[in-house]
Amino acid sequence: MKFSIAVHEGPYTHEAADSAYNFVTAALEKGHEIFRVFFYHDGVNNGTRFTTPPQDDRNIVNRWSELADKHGIDLVVCVAAAQRRGIVDPDEAKRNSKDGDNIAPGFRISGLGQLIEACIQSDRHLTFGD
Amino acid sequence: MTDEMMEEGGTVKKLMYVCRTAPYGTIYALEALEVVLIGAAFEQDVCLVFTDDGVFEIMKGQKTDDIGMKNFSPTYRALEMYDVEKLYVEKEAMEQRGLGEDDFNVDVEVKSAAEIQALMEEMDIVLNY
Repeated sequence: MKFSIAVHEGPYTHEAADSAYNFVTAALEKGHEIFRVFFYHDGVNNGTRFTTPPQDDRNIVNRWSELADKHGIDLVVCVAAAQRRGIVDPDEAKRNSKDGDNIAPGFRISGLGQLIEACIQSDRHLTFGD
Repeated sequence: MTDEMMEEGGTVKKLMYVCRTAPYGTIYALEALEVVLIGAAFEQDVCLVFTDDGVFEIMKGQKTDDIGMKNFSPTYRALEMYDVEKLYVEKEAMEQRGLGEDDFNVDVEVKSAAEIQALMEEMDIVLNY
């Protein structure tokens, strides 16, 4: 089955990011396809490479990046939500005259249309978060 | 799923937005509205359900000056121009909050929780905000 996923909460504050990750890895293990993971609301904070959790804790951001690297999962951060919360890729940095970017490897910034398209293209859409 | 709805001209799915949060306590309502507006371009079979504190999103006479936030409630009136015309309010949620049909700034159809549940069963996609 083809799944699309929305993550609505930031990492560490809320279990949604963990649950989404656990669902995605379990679905892949069972041979399902993940069409896209779309990060919205505070969920965009899953996509900053500046995250530095204590060493004895899981690294939620790196975990996503590794998943994208290993399985080619499309990780999309909503541009409007990202702009509000300071998640920036090189293009956005240039466009908005910022002095740097912080997008993590494997993530890309794009529009809300990517969420709707993912819903349409997938057999099931699941949202994680409040 | 609705394979019978797959047509050559593209897929039309039944899509329900469930609006269940008050407009200013969190950003969910505002960002939900952004999804609805962008989503309209995909010409799906869309409806909105206002339930729980979400019924406050479309209340008339919102004034936000004192909290320093933008009053985005007039934007709901623009949904009609985007062909988003099916707006439902859950009767129980409305009544529990002392509201009536005349308290809203858009035309809505009031439906019972049971009716909304039945409608939800028919959906291909349900997005919660």
